[in-house]
Amino acid sequence: MSAFASDEAARVSRHLLRRRRWRPLEIAAWLAPPALILIFPSRALLINEILILGLFALSLDLALGFGGLVSLGHAAFLGIGAYTAGILASRGVNDPLLGLLIASALAGLAGLVTAPLVLRGADLTRLMVTLGVSLLLGELANRNAWITGGADGLDFTVGRLFGVFALDFTGRRAAALYSFVVLFVLFALARRVMRSSFGQSVQAVRQSRLRAGALGVPANRRLIAIYGLAAAYAGAAGALIAETTQIVSLDIFDFHRSADVLLMLIIGGPGYLYGGLIGAAIFVGLRDLISGATPEYWEFWIGLLLVALVSVGRERVEAALARFARRPYLTRPGEAAP
Amino acid sequence: MLTILFDGVAYGMLLFVLACGLAVTLGLMNFVNLAHGVFAMGGGYITALLMNRAGVPFLATLPLAFLIPALAGLVLERLLYRWLYGASQLDQVLLTIGLVLMAVPAFDYFLTDQAQQIHLPAYLEGRIEFHGVSLGAYRLFLILVCGLIAALLQIFLVSTRFGAQLRAAVDDPRVAAGLGVDVERLFAVAFATGSGLAGLGGALAADVVGGVDPNFPIKFMVSFLIVVAIGGSRGIAGAFFGALLLGVLDVAGKYYFPSIGAFIIYAVMVTTLILRPQGLFAKGGA
Repeated sequence: MSAFASDEAARVSRHLLRRRRWRPLEIAAWLAPPALILIFPSRALLINEILILGLFALSLDLALGFGGLVSLGHAAFLGIGAYTAGILASRGVNDPLLGLLIASALAGLAGLVTAPLVLRGADLTRLMVTLGVSLLLGELANRNAWITGGADGLDFTVGRLFGVFALDFTGRRAAALYSFVVLFVLFALARRVMRSSFGQSVQAVRQSRLRAGALGVPANRRLIAIYGLAAAYAGAAGALIAETTQIVSLDIFDFHRSADVLLMLIIGGPGYLYGGLIGAAIFVGLRDLISGATPEYWEFWIGLLLVALVSVGRERVEAALARFARRPYLTRPGEAAP
Repeated sequence: MLTILFDGVAYGMLLFVLACGLAVTLGLMNFVNLAHGVFAMGGGYITALLMNRAGVPFLATLPLAFLIPALAGLVLERLLYRWLYGASQLDQVLLTIGLVLMAVPAFDYFLTDQAQQIHLPAYLEGRIEFHGVSLGAYRLFLILVCGLIAALLQIFLVSTRFGAQLRAAVDDPRVAAGLGVDVERLFAVAFATGSGLAGLGGALAADVVGGVDPNFPIKFMVSFLIVVAIGGSRGIAGAFFGALLLGVLDVAGKYYFPSIGAFIIYAVMVTTLILRPQGLFAKGGA
């Protein structure tokens, strides 16, 4: 019996180790952004935005794609991160890395504190609670203008990275590379965590809370942990927005932000980590492309894409893409009913 | 003080008419319809355009403000919504956000982003003194019309055969279908009626909220959701009290505590959801 169990454990850990190896295609894909930044410095601003929104979508992927926790208010953590970094910088603590760390830690803490609210009730309650929390925080930022700058936004100057690289508009390339490195480090961490036994147990909880519980997985603790991690990631994305644009305004808490990041993740496909990044690239790329021709109305086409995607059936589209790409990590095992 | 209460009640009644369709689709049928405000905006635009461009009197535009969104609701329900009744709520959110994203630029494109104002007829303007309390004539009109609609809806749902069938279909579609109820048709009719009422609400609200503009669905989505969140899954009655509570809190909050503004409303919403995930007025629950 115990010999069988340890055999099984060895098999599982071998499998996880194999899944942790970086594939050639992945490595090639990660080389692309820095290359693009260096080759097309004039597009650095756009690439920077894609990288940051990609990180934000990755954060939602941790909560939604892996934890199964839907959210209509993920901008809450983005805003906490952005305002933390902004307020620190405006009060003289303007080292970018320190700001990033504190912002991310605070957002993660907020995630852990609000997680119990999100665990209660069904998806519907979750959608409304997350939306409510983000609106509440936005209103809080609006009313505490003495520290957040209120409706005027918060203006500040961020110091140089390692005392050398300026991240403001004179250093767009440095800013985009900084965002890239942060994204890559956090992505690698998420990849490692999701392919550990902890990550596997989180996914087990998503697929069937009942069965995961029967296997001895503490479902609620796992979900709280993954929600906190997702919040910390969103906080980091917020800090990057603050530090590379050097301004934070109330729209960071907007419903639009929460909806957009959901759309990006859905367009890219949740549950395999790359979806958020691909979605962010498609989303921002489409916006850049379409709004060049018909500014203001580009959202119509995103809406149409979304309606078509849902009507055809997201699973069917994903399955077709996975067959097309023939990459095992693009496929997801079928989800068990809750 | 009484005037504020009165204004709050009028605003709440208005919210009820706007949101009662959502109380049925979201509260009863569990379909997350974030595009509900689009129908309300449609009704507002119909009234504003008919009045401003064709010179149709205000009251005469109201039936159209009901009928056209109801028809649009019926078409969309048959085309898109009905496939997702059993789907995950994430899919429903995505579909309806997609619809909002399409509707906002579409209205913007055809009707510009300027707010369309409506000019009330003279007999609905001004104020009426009543036992020393000054009441806005239009507010009074709103309370009467919306109260009438609420009463009719309640009677309709509780005491007619259609209402009983709808409640049965919502509670258990399979059993209801087995008993010979045409569930699909019922849902379609309920959805269309809800959309139509939203349109009517939008037309009535156009003056109060300072005209309709293409961002209406997004601005008011949250209010609708709060009404349903507070009212819970108990349908019309829950939504009615939820809307009244929200209306009074909103108006009184803005008057007495302007510095914290919308904060009260959001706090009430989140607290309600934390304490009673099924809504404040749900039976049992918590």
